[in-house]
Amino acid sequence: MAPQTRKAAIVGGNRIPFARSNGAYARASNQDMLTATLDGLVARFGLQGQQVGEVAAGAVLKHARDFNLTRESVLGSRLSAATPAYDVQQACGTGLEAAVLVANKIALGQLESGIAGGVDTTSDAPMALNEDMRRVLLAVNNAKTLQQRLSALAGIRPGQLVPEVPRNAEPRTGLAMGDHAAITAAEWEIGREEQDELTVRSHHNLAAAYDRGFFDDLVTPFLGLTRDQNLRPDTSVEKLAKLKPVFGQGEGATMTAGNSTPLTDGASAVLLASDEWAAEHDLPVLAHLVDAQTAAVDYVHGGEGLLMAPAYAVPVLLARNGLTLQDFDFYEVHEAFASTVLATLKAWESPEYCKEKLGLDAPLGSIDRAKLNVHGSSLAAGHPFAATGGRIVATLAKTLHEAGPGKRGLISICAAGGQGVVAILES
Amino acid sequence: MSDWYRDFANSGLGTTITKQLGLPRPAELRRYEPGQPLLPGPAVVGSAGEGRLREEVTGLLRDAGVTVVSPVAADGSTDGERLAAVLLDATGLTGPADLAAAHDFLAPALKRLRPSGRVLVLADPPAETSSPAQAAARQALEGLVRSLAKELRSGSTANLVHVPLGAEASLASPLRFFLSGRSAYVDGQVLAVTTADLPTGEDVDRPLAGKVAVVTGAARGIGAAIARVLARDGAHVVAVDVPAAGEQLAEVANEVGGTAVALDITGADAGPRLAAQLVARHGGVDVVVHNAGITRDKLLVNMDAARWNSVMAVNLQAQLDITQALLDTEGALKPGARVVSVSSQSGIAGNRGQTNYAASKAGVIGMVRSWAPEFAERGATINAVAPGFIVTEMTATMPLGTREVGSRLNSLQQGGLPVDVAETIAWLAQPGSAGVNGQVVRVCGQSLLGA
Repeated sequence: MAPQTRKAAIVGGNRIPFARSNGAYARASNQDMLTATLDGLVARFGLQGQQVGEVAAGAVLKHARDFNLTRESVLGSRLSAATPAYDVQQACGTGLEAAVLVANKIALGQLESGIAGGVDTTSDAPMALNEDMRRVLLAVNNAKTLQQRLSALAGIRPGQLVPEVPRNAEPRTGLAMGDHAAITAAEWEIGREEQDELTVRSHHNLAAAYDRGFFDDLVTPFLGLTRDQNLRPDTSVEKLAKLKPVFGQGEGATMTAGNSTPLTDGASAVLLASDEWAAEHDLPVLAHLVDAQTAAVDYVHGGEGLLMAPAYAVPVLLARNGLTLQDFDFYEVHEAFASTVLATLKAWESPEYCKEKLGLDAPLGSIDRAKLNVHGSSLAAGHPFAATGGRIVATLAKTLHEAGPGKRGLISICAAGGQGVVAILES
Repeated sequence: MSDWYRDFANSGLGTTITKQLGLPRPAELRRYEPGQPLLPGPAVVGSAGEGRLREEVTGLLRDAGVTVVSPVAADGSTDGERLAAVLLDATGLTGPADLAAAHDFLAPALKRLRPSGRVLVLADPPAETSSPAQAAARQALEGLVRSLAKELRSGSTANLVHVPLGAEASLASPLRFFLSGRSAYVDGQVLAVTTADLPTGEDVDRPLAGKVAVVTGAARGIGAAIARVLARDGAHVVAVDVPAAGEQLAEVANEVGGTAVALDITGADAGPRLAAQLVARHGGVDVVVHNAGITRDKLLVNMDAARWNSVMAVNLQAQLDITQALLDTEGALKPGARVVSVSSQSGIAGNRGQTNYAASKAGVIGMVRSWAPEFAERGATINAVAPGFIVTEMTATMPLGTREVGSRLNSLQQGGLPVDVAETIAWLAQPGSAGVNGQVVRVCGQSLLGA
């Protein structure tokens, strides 16, 4: 056993450009995208044929055949086949959770190196047999005689031919995630214009980062796509103002297809290691993963918003590390919806909320918006659920590295099921 | 990519038809494979005048496992096999009269030359004598070798190496190159060697073992071939290309066990960025191949500034800037570094519609020649290769007629392959090629253009 823990280093990352649903990656499977992403990482860091300690990755929307998705992707990649792998799934928190898992094993001395990743496709999505049809076919399969089989097959009705398609909805409420976010937006009185402004900043920041070559060593093109398909460098508040609301009801509806993330396909991966392993391989250390925290809220009966869990996780993390919300040089708050980011920031500013819901003596306060999502986030890049964490970890690590040693960044990611994953990185 | 006409000309019916009609008969060229013997048959070494290299050359050949046979009698009679190489030591020339000995040696020997045979003539540089008669005789060899290269058939080549007094040891690496399959598409060329500190104990099968090589424009075509050949010869390849080509670049890097670096080499900080990464990740670089290049063809009168500027930026300015950044960055260029720049036949001969491209490629030659003395002082070298008609994805899109004619306008009557360019670059990158500096080696099958 290692007597002391150490901080895991983030060496670098790789992702494929994110594509809009049924866009450039319409025919690519999760395994195709994750394998390509791993191969891009291998090429960047010269890891051909090498054994990495472990690969942890996952997808939110998985086919039944993807039961061992990450290991199968490793076997198809240029990594050594002796690299173990396992699947992780925590909805939109998958990518960051995978990074935390790998980092913790490195911290404990159980691993010297590891890759954390995530992938999702909403185009090549799994479809399941209608539940009634599935029961009939199971009965046919279990039948022992021809007569039993025929009688089982006689149970088929036309309505059973309709497949079950995955929906972006909460199983316990039947509401789409956007509908949940709209409720929160209304509660916090988040205006249309501030949402559109945040969206425009996301697009402009991402485009500027691409233009200055920031993503040259973070992104590898795939299937002819060289930049995120959702990116609109020339968008503006005026253009976004023309969009009709798609979530929420009536006069107060503010959430549009512009200030909500679209369904997206893509994959990302992050290389983590001990400082020693990085030095032995002549690889850089961009930043260290300092600490992480998860939280969950009762959005079904508890009167809390579906995507508000990070609001709870952050103060716990800050307290444990003796930090205030203002002690950061950069903030990466995942833009599931512009309103989610704004509601979370508002919650931390609210004395009542911080006292009653978070049990704090004083509010966490506000942050310098100029430090928020400085290289763009999900509104511009898109959000292939499990791939977002890897995108953010690698982007923030490089951002901190560029800013110099001793810089600190906060990651906040909300997830379906009322969950949240947050983490601190330091250069 | 297959050469359908070459395959046809070498088929049973094709042989008859092409012979009767007097059509070109391109041969299957002997190309290098690791572990291959230097020559597939014996060699003969002759001399014109009292030369100083015959023993040296015979020794080099024997060390490489080549059987050296006696010169062929005037009537062509010999007991041995047909010859794989004919070498002439012409360092003893004193005046034109001595050239008759060259004829007397070569004529019967060439009749016994095998397909893909090699003729290599070694001489003193014409400029290094005060005697006009001696200079004339030495210069005459260029006419002899270039004409001979045009007369040879069946994939055979003839080349000339100038060896000044004192630079004899530098001959070993060019000698091996010109005799081997590595030089399959290098024909009718004149190369000069100089004195240099030469390493000992080089592994001829993996001459670049332990070396780090950076190749720009490595995602496809000739650049990818260069990456493969350098890796085959033992180098760790840092493959560079524009970010948009990242997918193919990663494939090439993974194939050769190298490292992919997505970088726009025309960016303001490209040189320092690359230099910093080479130092941090690889402890510096041994071999730099400036291969990245673009074409934006138009007649000069119709060419806009964007076409002119982009070609200059990628093909010439980036080579200057990156080389300068590597020279300026402490520890970036390792001792004995090799820089090889890809020029072009267009840069020598000119090409209609390519004023921008030809200017940039000619500029590369000027750059290499200007930097050569400084590199020599560092124990390093800088050279250029100028490809002729090389069969790539780009030529595959040319109209059939243009492509067929273009590919036959050379002594080997066929287009070269990307690997031919790559082999020449890999040879210049070898530690043993220290005595080859400031040279422009054409890989063009002795093209009729700009010859």
